[in-house]
Amino acid sequence: MTDAFYAVFARDLRVAFRRWSELAYPLVFFAIVVALFPLALSPTAAQLRDIGTGVLWVALLLSSLLALDGLFRGDADDGTLEQLLMSPVAITVTVFAKLAAHALVTLLPLICLVPLMALSFNIPVAALPTLAVALLLAAPTLSVLVALGAALTVSLRRGGAIVGLLVLPLTGPLLIFGTRATDLGVNGEPTAAPLFFLAALAALALALGPLAIAAAVKVGLE
Amino acid sequence: MIDFIQMGGDGAYVWSAYGITLAVLIVNIVLVRARHRTALRRAREIAAQTEVPRRQPKVHRVQ
Amino acid sequence: MKLPRWFHQLGSPPYVYRLADKLGPWLGGLGCATLAIGVVWGLAIAPPDYQQDEVYRIIFIHPQTAYVGMMAYGVMAVAAAIGYIWRLKIAHAVAVSAAPIGAWFTFCALVTGAIWGRPTWGTYWQWGDPRIMSETLLLFLFLGYLALRGAFDDRDKADKITAILAVVGVVNLPIIHYSVEWWNSLHQGPTILRGDGPAMTTDMLLPFLITVLGFTLTFYWLLLRRLQAEIVEREGDARWLREFLPGSVA
Repeated sequence: MTDAFYAVFARDLRVAFRRWSELAYPLVFFAIVVALFPLALSPTAAQLRDIGTGVLWVALLLSSLLALDGLFRGDADDGTLEQLLMSPVAITVTVFAKLAAHALVTLLPLICLVPLMALSFNIPVAALPTLAVALLLAAPTLSVLVALGAALTVSLRRGGAIVGLLVLPLTGPLLIFGTRATDLGVNGEPTAAPLFFLAALAALALALGPLAIAAAVKVGLE
Repeated sequence: MIDFIQMGGDGAYVWSAYGITLAVLIVNIVLVRARHRTALRRAREIAAQTEVPRRQPKVHRVQ
Repeated sequence: MKLPRWFHQLGSPPYVYRLADKLGPWLGGLGCATLAIGVVWGLAIAPPDYQQDEVYRIIFIHPQTAYVGMMAYGVMAVAAAIGYIWRLKIAHAVAVSAAPIGAWFTFCALVTGAIWGRPTWGTYWQWGDPRIMSETLLLFLFLGYLALRGAFDDRDKADKITAILAVVGVVNLPIIHYSVEWWNSLHQGPTILRGDGPAMTTDMLLPFLITVLGFTLTFYWLLLRRLQAEIVEREGDARWLREFLPGSVA
């Protein structure tokens, strides 16, 4: 089973790196969205810090929707996904492998970029570790939700348009706890509570998510 | 009566709230009724098409 | 597991259609009558509130529409799950029928809530309020379900895919609701919108409960009517339908 996991995982990584320039799109998108806010708001230095947390997290959510296609649609188009479904390996293993590869290739660079951008919003350096932990705890949930959106729309020709409508409302709690943790970190207060909630969300997402994703992929390819 | 409509000065709020809710209920009823009728009509068309061939009498040729 | 007979009967579209046809008018009459009684009672007979004077009367429609909206999502999710697990087309039809009604009721809840907010708390919309956030997200969940359904040409596929979305959504609803409440309890500012409205004496409680019943019955009546239309669309050329067609062809 682990062999199958690594096989799918490695293959997805290879496919992603073959078009490595496309990996940059979500990062650039993130930077653009983040830059638009000060342009629109003309904030003072203090205001920047107030809005910074929210802007960064929202931009992260939006950017993570960009690289959806790489998850399932590419493989669905060339028949690889059907092959994977027909193989004796459990679908959930395949899903986990794809989630891991996608998180590594799309989310991780974004997560690395966020603290950098945070500095530009006058968020104190002391708050960055909390931000980093919050992001890492949020990553699995975000990965699952994004993959769910991709799986539900895998058989649609222009599914990309409504994926945002499907996924973003579900990210509400993630946004709430993530920004709360970051704000507490900025103010130097204890951050355990929201971080624990983020961890709980991640556990729930990883436990139930792949089931729903696998079911959606199976139905989508019928 | 006037007092009833004015609702202590807040008449606009109360009546618009009730009015919008009533309007939504009516819209729901009317639209669904129309849809039901259209669906039944289309079903009748389909039924009419499939009934006709069966109505033709069988002609037995006597050798 | 031996399933009761009525479970199998409910899986049959003709049975459900006939039942809806017979039950519908009664349910509709009862629902509308109850609602009318409750509304008239609440508008004309119940005394004005100590704090909110007359405008509190929105309490006879706002919480009810919000509650029915949430119930509609529950009905939708349960029906979709049943349809997915037991492969019952009729269950999927119920889910599809519940969605637009739920969306409309949630819309009403948001609008009546905003209208109520202006004279009582000075503002139509307060993004910080947990109730507003939860209701708004619920509306988005409904819209997402309807959008996803509309995007599929294959009805079978649409049924199953939206079933998955509905179940994921229903798991999310309590999480969303709780996290928004938790988040709001930490902020000092926007808590002015909290509070269930005026404290209820029996004068107000009775019409309140009557309108709850009225809206619930009306919801189920609307659901049955939509379900009938949905069944006809799905079973178009079935023989059992013939007796219901205008100008009987059977």
